[in-house]
Amino acid sequence: MNLNDIMQIVLFIAVFSLFAYFLGNYMANVFSGQKHLLSFLRPLEIFTYRMLKIEHEHEMGWKEYALSVGIFSVLSIILLFAILVAQSWLPLNPQKMANMPWDLALNTSVSFVTNTNWQAYSGEVSLSYFSQMTGLTVQNFVSAAVGIACALVLIRGIIRKHDPFKAADLGLGNFWVDMTRSIYYVLLPLSFILALVLVSQGVIQNLNPYITCTTLEGGTQVIPMGPAASQIAIKQLGTNGGGFFGANSAHPFENPRQFSNFLELLGLIVISAAFPFMYGNMSGRRRQGYVIFGAMLALLVAGIAFAMIAEYSHGTMEGKEMRFGKAGSILWGVATTATSCGAVNAMHDSFAPLAGMVPVMNIMLGEIIFGGVGSGFYGMILFAVITVFIAGLMVGRSPEYMGKKIEAPDVKLSMVGIMVPSMVILIFSSVAVLLPSALASRANPGPHGLSEILYAFSSGAGNNGSAFAGLNANTVFYNVCMSIGMLIGRFSVIFPVLALASSLAGKKTIPVSEGTFPTDTLLFASLLIGVILIVGGLTHFPALTLGPILEHFVMLSGKII
Amino acid sequence: MKKKTSLLTRRMLIPAVIMAFVKLNPGSQIRNPVMFMVYVGSILCSFIAIQNAVAGINVSSATIQIIVWLWFTVIFANFAESIAEAQGKARADSLKNMRRNIVAHRLKKSGEIEDTEVQNLRKGDRVVCNAGDFIPGDGEVIEGIASIDESAITGESAPVIRESGGDRSAVTGGTKVISDRIVVRITAEAGNTFIDKIILMVENATRKKTPGEISLTILLASLSIIFLVAVVTLYPFAVYSAKESGNVMSLSIISLTALLVCLIPTTIGSLLSAIGISGISRLMSHNIIATSGRAVEAAGDVDVLLIDKTGTITYGNRMASELIPAPGISEAMLAESAMTASYADETPEGRSIVQFIQNSSNLKIQDPSAAGGVFMPFSAKTRMSGVDFKDESACVRKGAYESVRSWVLSKGGNFPDEIRNACEKISRNGGTPLAVSRGSRIVGIIHLKDVIKTDIRERFSRLRAVGIRTIMITGDNPLTAAAIAAEAGVSDYIAEANPEAKLECIRREQAEGHMVAMIGDGTNDAPALAQSDVGVVMASGTQTAREAGNMVDLDSNPTKLLEMVEIGKQLLMTRGTLTTFSIANDVAKYFAILPALFVGLYAGSGGTGPLSSLNIMGLASPESAILSAVIFNALIIIALIPLALRGVKYEPAGAEILLQRNLLIYGVGGLIAPFIGIKLIDMAINAFHLI
Repeated sequence: MNLNDIMQIVLFIAVFSLFAYFLGNYMANVFSGQKHLLSFLRPLEIFTYRMLKIEHEHEMGWKEYALSVGIFSVLSIILLFAILVAQSWLPLNPQKMANMPWDLALNTSVSFVTNTNWQAYSGEVSLSYFSQMTGLTVQNFVSAAVGIACALVLIRGIIRKHDPFKAADLGLGNFWVDMTRSIYYVLLPLSFILALVLVSQGVIQNLNPYITCTTLEGGTQVIPMGPAASQIAIKQLGTNGGGFFGANSAHPFENPRQFSNFLELLGLIVISAAFPFMYGNMSGRRRQGYVIFGAMLALLVAGIAFAMIAEYSHGTMEGKEMRFGKAGSILWGVATTATSCGAVNAMHDSFAPLAGMVPVMNIMLGEIIFGGVGSGFYGMILFAVITVFIAGLMVGRSPEYMGKKIEAPDVKLSMVGIMVPSMVILIFSSVAVLLPSALASRANPGPHGLSEILYAFSSGAGNNGSAFAGLNANTVFYNVCMSIGMLIGRFSVIFPVLALASSLAGKKTIPVSEGTFPTDTLLFASLLIGVILIVGGLTHFPALTLGPILEHFVMLSGKII
Repeated sequence: MKKKTSLLTRRMLIPAVIMAFVKLNPGSQIRNPVMFMVYVGSILCSFIAIQNAVAGINVSSATIQIIVWLWFTVIFANFAESIAEAQGKARADSLKNMRRNIVAHRLKKSGEIEDTEVQNLRKGDRVVCNAGDFIPGDGEVIEGIASIDESAITGESAPVIRESGGDRSAVTGGTKVISDRIVVRITAEAGNTFIDKIILMVENATRKKTPGEISLTILLASLSIIFLVAVVTLYPFAVYSAKESGNVMSLSIISLTALLVCLIPTTIGSLLSAIGISGISRLMSHNIIATSGRAVEAAGDVDVLLIDKTGTITYGNRMASELIPAPGISEAMLAESAMTASYADETPEGRSIVQFIQNSSNLKIQDPSAAGGVFMPFSAKTRMSGVDFKDESACVRKGAYESVRSWVLSKGGNFPDEIRNACEKISRNGGTPLAVSRGSRIVGIIHLKDVIKTDIRERFSRLRAVGIRTIMITGDNPLTAAAIAAEAGVSDYIAEANPEAKLECIRREQAEGHMVAMIGDGTNDAPALAQSDVGVVMASGTQTAREAGNMVDLDSNPTKLLEMVEIGKQLLMTRGTLTTFSIANDVAKYFAILPALFVGLYAGSGGTGPLSSLNIMGLASPESAILSAVIFNALIIIALIPLALRGVKYEPAGAEILLQRNLLIYGVGGLIAPFIGIKLIDMAINAFHLI
């Protein structure tokens, strides 16, 4: 580790925090309907509603909201599936890509709709430009917008003042309005800027056929082309992570140089990191937002530090790009798994065992260290609710968060949102290690092989989408199991979160007094971290013991597996 | 009436131990999901061990000990619950004692009297009660009139009159006849009296789970389920790892069960109901009966207290605080006249005047009757009291200013403006002026004042420290109310309060999100009591009020509200600290058990494998490591029973400070303690060669 590495990390944290702060305030204005920088686009927004016959004044209850999310997602899966299995008959296919097989198409469409972007295919050999642009890129935008929308519902539920004359369910927002605003005012403008800057750094953007050239050795090489920049920008900003090319951001056309690397890093975290600030702004209690941000940041920094030390103690350059080096690869690896982005610029299975444990641990904790856009925030709030519940009693009052009393239904919903993805990871992984056919997909035996499997299902259930590398996941077993895992991982959190929002919205807001459990202090931030590590971490610690931890100690003992 | 005697007597221990085994039936176990998991695990392990033994497979001593300690974990949890129940029962029994040993004098049809036990009384029986007798059961006076001491029920020491016919005919069992003889017709059989109902309330209160317990149980059950999944899925992972490392699979169901039992929150799971029951019994030791555990919980959440001024903030009676002589009258003259007028006045006000004069001057008490004085007692008509002497100019009167004024004027005296002004000033400041006359002259004014209880100011500031607002309710005018409120240090007040104003105030506070407690006794308080989150009814209260509230204060002491809040808070804190402690414990248990389970992986020929590096406690062997963790897990339950029953120490402080302190003791302590505990147990196991 040298000064340059540390500078890179410090600079990254400083710049994204600063951007997130301003973006958070901007987003608060956007979503609370106040005047903002892009207010001049409002007629376009209204026009959209009129065209699509959306009653934008209509407030939805949680069930209607959840139903809208569900229907929208199901229709998205069907549409994307149809594009993928029929792409050979569709336009913009200069390379004459074949139709995708059903299991891979199912996996891919579920993956992009759930904001996972797990890729059991390589873009440059499997997808037409039409599929990439109208299929995947569109989902990159809308799946991110769904996450943002659901987080907004939770925020509204928390900050809503109880009104006995209003139905408990009202005031949670309108799904279509939230989607439209997320896309028009946040995702599109930012992607537009990022895409242009990336193009300036050498990321390709064209619709040309692939180039076949003769190498110096006299062999032939096919160089893939395509509209990469426009997809990469949203892939990062929407914490999607599905690369245009199979090698993702390790590919020189996706991520040519240090500066593009830095920009893409910023992109994958900035919106998620803006959420706590937006929350503080919207609730009028900024310190509450800072505490959530602080807890996320502390976990991120701890992960980076742990992985850096592990990597510099035992790591090699195998599986990493010379352009980015160890620090650039580790920083990206930790950040892309802390957020649910999942884009990669190095092979995570090439990290030193304990350094490789950090990404999988980040995902297993529930994608709440900034996490996905919106989804990271609402996941974190579930943990905050549980933390308040466990520790809040210690001050001699029934637990309350932001003045809302935490009662049995809230505990139940929060625990479902926290537990179910974890259970999916453990159950699917344990099934996989029992099936010889599933084990055959491993690239390595022993603990490393177990890590590959654990990582794959974590990535799916956590809606991350990165791969540990090594595992051949394009089999019917993995395609189908991962699809199920991704769906459960997404909706077993979203639906409880929406229900929780409704439950909280219907409660009276208890005024703050001397006896109120403080949730805006450093102490609460540490408590929150403690609960995340104990409740989230201990669930997975036994399995990790047999994966990366065992691998680490076997490595130290000098044995070869 | 605080009982300091220890309630953990040996008499209680033996039945509790027996109950701990009785509760091993599945019906009792299933009520507690966390402990049910331990219970099922213990049965499963025992079954496997027995099966192995029958099949001739050697069952190691370590395995047998682990199973025994798993059972102990279940039994200890049962014990915690039964000891708390025994405590509650002991308190209920002490209430029941009130009626024990009472002999009823039953009036037979023939007119004879026979002595019988209370239990034999039937509805409609007639009993005779003479002075000094306890009334054997709830009933109605059908003959005679008597003064009755109801302090056992109401705490009110002044006797009340009960007579046949009319509104005042009801008597309560357990109260004592002080004078005269009455005949009572029994209206409630033994087992159905007011006290029986209270006891029933207590017993019911301990059975139902409170909302707080339910939500905590949901959390604990969820944690248990996720740990169950983690442990169950560990089995295939372990099978895989063993195969890949070329070792023989050594992971047994029994050690996995041990891991599960150590991870699920057994500490809080086993003590949860004991904490709840002990909260109710702690209240009972203050002579407060909670009709539900829910009320105790709510008491901890209360942040607004509605307090009646009289009896809570002030001593109920007005007391002399100043003598204001009329122009041209010496202070000694006024003091002497006032003393003479009050000598025979047995009302608290009268006594307070004598007391005040004695304290403020060296005037000796002289019996006016010795000088030929004749007492003129207070009557509603004259609204004055005093002493008549033969010498008319020596006659003294004291009483309400209007009455004394007309008395003096009728005697041809005058009433100076200074006196009128002084009277008005006193009234404005919340006091009561009493005028004193001698002969035809007004000699001065006695200022009677509401005196604020000495420690009440400090108690209110303690309440403020924990974020509780106090609202004083008084029938006084706003000026008086403001003066008293400022002096007592209450946060707010409602003057000229009537029942509607109380109800309105509670509704308003609740709409703002506050939890409101109030105390009341009258039927007109019933709506407000029912509306409040914690309604405390004084036992002297009417039946309607009793039904509207959710706590009954047997002593009828309004300041109890403060104790109630503190006990409620203590209950919640105990729950929170033990939950935190329980979860924090898991870290150490991982470091004890996981290396023990997987030490064999990649061990090669004999020796220990690479994962022994995780054995940071340096536990002697895998068997002793697992056993130590299980023993620690079981013993910690026993060790924390006293804490669960007593409640964690409560000091009024802001939430931030409480959190810091409890987090340090139970969070950080919970993280560290098991490392030390498990290590010590492991050392003991090996020192005594237990395996």
